[in-house]
Amino acid sequence: MVLVAAPVFNVQLLLDGLFIGATFALAAYGLALVWGVMNVKNLAQGDFVIMGGYIAWWLGTQGIHPLWGLPIAIVVMFAFGWGIYVTIIRRVIDKDLFTSLLATFGLAIVIAQLLNLMFGPEVQTAESDFAIRQILGVVTVAEIKVLAFVLCGILALAVVIFMKKSRMGQAIRATAQDPRAARVMGIDTDKVYAFTFSLNAAICGAAGALISMIWVIQPFYGISYSIRSFVIVTAAGFGNLPGVIMAGLGLGVMENYSGFVLGAEFQQATVVGLLLLVLIWRQIQQRKLRQVVS
Amino acid sequence: MNKNFSFKLHFPILVFGIAAPFLFPGLQLQIATLWVMVLFALTWDIMGGQMGYNSLGNILFFGVGMYTSVLFQVGQFADIAEYTSAHGGDSFTFTNAEYYQGLIIGIIMSGVVAAITAALLGWTVFGLRGPYFAIGTLGMAIAAGELMGTWEWVGAGSGISVPVFPGGAHTRSLLFYFLTFGAAILTFVTLQWVYKTRFGLAVNAIRDDEEKAEAMGIHTVRYKTVAWSISAFFVGISGALFGNITGIIEPLEVAFPTVTFGIFMVAMTLLGGKGTLWGPVLGAVLFHTLKEVTWTYFLGWQWVALGVLIIINVVFFQQGIMGWLMEKFPEKFGIVVENKEATR
Repeated sequence: MVLVAAPVFNVQLLLDGLFIGATFALAAYGLALVWGVMNVKNLAQGDFVIMGGYIAWWLGTQGIHPLWGLPIAIVVMFAFGWGIYVTIIRRVIDKDLFTSLLATFGLAIVIAQLLNLMFGPEVQTAESDFAIRQILGVVTVAEIKVLAFVLCGILALAVVIFMKKSRMGQAIRATAQDPRAARVMGIDTDKVYAFTFSLNAAICGAAGALISMIWVIQPFYGISYSIRSFVIVTAAGFGNLPGVIMAGLGLGVMENYSGFVLGAEFQQATVVGLLLLVLIWRQIQQRKLRQVVS
Repeated sequence: MNKNFSFKLHFPILVFGIAAPFLFPGLQLQIATLWVMVLFALTWDIMGGQMGYNSLGNILFFGVGMYTSVLFQVGQFADIAEYTSAHGGDSFTFTNAEYYQGLIIGIIMSGVVAAITAALLGWTVFGLRGPYFAIGTLGMAIAAGELMGTWEWVGAGSGISVPVFPGGAHTRSLLFYFLTFGAAILTFVTLQWVYKTRFGLAVNAIRDDEEKAEAMGIHTVRYKTVAWSISAFFVGISGALFGNITGIIEPLEVAFPTVTFGIFMVAMTLLGGKGTLWGPVLGAVLFHTLKEVTWTYFLGWQWVALGVLIIINVVFFQQGIMGWLMEKFPEKFGIVVENKEATR
């Protein structure tokens, strides 16, 4: 095994996994927000991510540096999220769970296909023109990946501070606790929901813009990002930000390792396999819980 | 639905089904696909409509059935590893008797194996409710396709080809047309019977309130497993037939088409009206006909249109066509609307 023979490869895999895992965690945090506050399972999550990536990539082809594309992607995706809330999500929010799931699934198909029609099915990367450094002899670290990692951290921190300190953040948390009581207290829950969904779309857009710089994007990659987000949120729970971060980074590392050990064609199967494992694990946990109660 | 009305529908469909391949010889395969679609929608509705368990991964059994059928068709008479490495049909010829024996056993086994797969998987996923179930099954279907694509023994990504039909092309399409038609009819009749029994009531009870159903003494896990196995049995058979129609089985596009047939079956059922017997049939016929007629005129926009159709259907027209008709004309469906003034 090359991993045992050259331990330094582990560092490479670990670092790459952490860098990409940070973006997974960011997208998953958005899902946790929407799921926890609105009880909407957004299956278009991954497609929001890819859409953000295409915004940054497209601006890159127009001569705007993709790092400047990041704030633009955030703003555009925020507006897009608001539009989607008003046209679709508002109407499914009080229906049964599967309705929102299926509506967002339809939305996922539409976004993926529109991106495909607009930009073609090729795999794309936004060129950021940063240097690639070598550490420990053979380990290569692209500077853009480090930068993206730091930006992920800053964005996550910004969202956390926003949720803690700002008026809207307080309203969102109040609505998550008890929508009815929040309404009684004079909070416009419809607006809160709209804002939460748009915030999620903006977070996804940011994650996507970063992914377009450090990895590859393609119109149909969305579904695997959705599944990743579900894996992370299901494993960590909603209100658990440290858990989401850990699960996101862990997923990135695990995927990288399985891609290296088993071969790249197993990468998607690994994500899905992990999803099933997490679901089964949850089930066993709940079964235990049930026994304690009864 | 009263008996008379039902018979009025059954008879023309039966006549159409038998006469269609001779009336429209050029469209035999399209109509055969239509029956497969009807079967898909009906089987999805067992879980999604009648039991309230919305599976996004029922297409898994389609692929399982398809592969099982080929393996039995080939495996009885030849070594599969040799067969796949020689890329199928040309170097291996089967006699008439061998072909038909293989086909019959393959079709039956595809249903059985798919049903067993459902029972085994059910043990894993039936603890999941609502969205978790939908996502878990979606994940399963995607994973199955990916894993099949890496399995050398069954031809990996390049797939495996089905034994060559020993007769002429016309006989072949006629044979598979009637097999698919028969499978759809069999599914319909079975479900019509199943929904009338206690089983149907129990399954509906699970949909309405699973905890209460369990409290009433319904062994919910057993019912769910059986329901999914029934669904899987027929989907598996349709997979065997469809595999034989296409001729070559490729893991991602043909055997586990999660993003095409896997979504179609949900869309068709929702369009026709879930939770009804005729809804899925109506939805499938409408959807497939519309799709066949308009698909090529959309110039790449057809998938966008499909997504929009799903969204509109879910958001604005959730009850589907049959549900809407039932609301509009309840007396036609044998539902007695009680006069509130009189009962008071």
